[in-house]
Amino acid sequence: MMRLVATLVSLLMPMSLSAQEEEIVLGLSQAEVSITTNFDGSEILVYGAVKRDAPPPDIGPLGVVVTVSGPSVPVLVRRKEKKFGIWLNTDAVEVDRAPSYYAVVTSGPLNRVLTRVEDLRHKISIPRAIRSVGAPMHISNATLFTEALIRIRTRSDQYQVIEGGVKLDEDTLFRAAVRLPAALTEGDYAARIFLTRAGRVVARYDTVIDVRKVGLERWLFNLSRENALLYGLMSLVIAIGAGWGASAIFNMLRR
Amino acid sequence: MQIYLPIAEVSVNAFLVLGLGGLVGVLSGMFGVGGGFLLTPLLFFIGIPPAVAVATGATQIVASSFSGVLAHFRRRTVDLRMGSVLLIGGLVGAALGIILFNYLRSLGQVDLLVRLFYVVFLGIIGALMFAESLRALRNVRKGKLAPRKKHNWVHGLPFKMRFRISGLYISVIPPLMVGVLVGILAAIMGVGGGFIMVPAMIYLLGMPTKVVIGTSLFQIIFVTAFTTMLHATTNYTVDVVLAVLLLIGGVIGAQVGTRIGVKMKAEQLRILLALLVLVVCGKLALELLLEPAELYSISPVKLT
Repeated sequence: MMRLVATLVSLLMPMSLSAQEEEIVLGLSQAEVSITTNFDGSEILVYGAVKRDAPPPDIGPLGVVVTVSGPSVPVLVRRKEKKFGIWLNTDAVEVDRAPSYYAVVTSGPLNRVLTRVEDLRHKISIPRAIRSVGAPMHISNATLFTEALIRIRTRSDQYQVIEGGVKLDEDTLFRAAVRLPAALTEGDYAARIFLTRAGRVVARYDTVIDVRKVGLERWLFNLSRENALLYGLMSLVIAIGAGWGASAIFNMLRR
Repeated sequence: MQIYLPIAEVSVNAFLVLGLGGLVGVLSGMFGVGGGFLLTPLLFFIGIPPAVAVATGATQIVASSFSGVLAHFRRRTVDLRMGSVLLIGGLVGAALGIILFNYLRSLGQVDLLVRLFYVVFLGIIGALMFAESLRALRNVRKGKLAPRKKHNWVHGLPFKMRFRISGLYISVIPPLMVGVLVGILAAIMGVGGGFIMVPAMIYLLGMPTKVVIGTSLFQIIFVTAFTTMLHATTNYTVDVVLAVLLLIGGVIGAQVGTRIGVKMKAEQLRILLALLVLVVCGKLALELLLEPAELYSISPVKLT
């Protein structure tokens, strides 16, 4: 394990050395998102500055890319086909890693601020952030399935690409607003900020936004997982109590 | 007003859910069906994950049936003996149904099968009820009383039992069988099963319509409570916040529905229920027949 880490570090060394000229100083409007009962989505402001010890290098225009990624879980994408006159699920492809939420916010057109190679290396754009290996042999066009996954999640705002969403001032200060939808799963949301020069990543900053259920939401969720029997019984008692209560109230009203 | 549901992990409009609960409650009180066959598809429609919709639907049915059955107890329109016989069958059926459901899930086509079950059963029952109640309605107009078949094959079976409130002296085998069938369907379709049981009690067992409703509500409470517990302990899909919202609307609706039901004629009640069943069936059938706008769907991979 130690040896592996050492090799990785030595591999990364040249890159990080060249990235020393410009550094990211970052702030978040909130480092944690609390999901309460009336939670209706949230907006996180990512802001920061580019720190330099020397005058800005003259190797191309500055770009900023911000990504926020929710916890990844494998999903099954199914396709419907008409068989025997009805539409039914036939082929399915398992996507091994698909973030439940993913946003890419950039300071300009994505293909301008980021080269393909850098996109591949850092897995920035949505198709790169999703990993799908091992589609069944008989499915020839497995990319259609990942495309469908992106299409469906983009429609529900779970995946977002906002080109030009990062405001850059004087090539030094930047800020971006990341919108979190109401339907949010809890977990550690990874925020990454990339500084690019002529499409090449020159600096990177990683941080975590903690998305957690709080209060009643937290309590109910924990109870349902840790003491399922009690939770089930409690649900039934509440249900029957409400049924009986309403019946009693109606009777009182009738008299 | 948006409310975040802790188990479903989605945010929904509280008034929309209250309204849905109320609508289903009215139907529950009027017809004595739990309303699950309507509630579950409606919950899918507003974006609740299917597994949560099925499990929470069961919880909500417990509540609305409970408030409904109390109203019927007061009017003495619950045949407890018949209800208990149906219940024994129902619990056996629900257990069998869960085994069958898990087997179908391992085959990977459980969605389609649930949907086909809905279309086939709703279609058959809706059509039968519609035809029968039309005939009854016409007979009433002509001043003729509907001829009630006093003897069919049901009366030739052994283990006879007297059901005083229903005014029946029949074998316990048919009610037990009806209970088992309803239990199986309840577990697979995620419903109380009233829409199957009510016609079965009227046409197969020959019970009077007024007793049928209270008795089926009585049986539904226990079967859905059983299903709720199974879902809560195995799949963790019961969302109590969603259930509370649904049942606040539901219990009020059920009271209103029971009052409407008492004022209406049995034939009218039946023809309305038949139409409703046919509409839901038609909508589900269209979804199977027409090309969907999105051919692809996403489902979580079960971590087993």
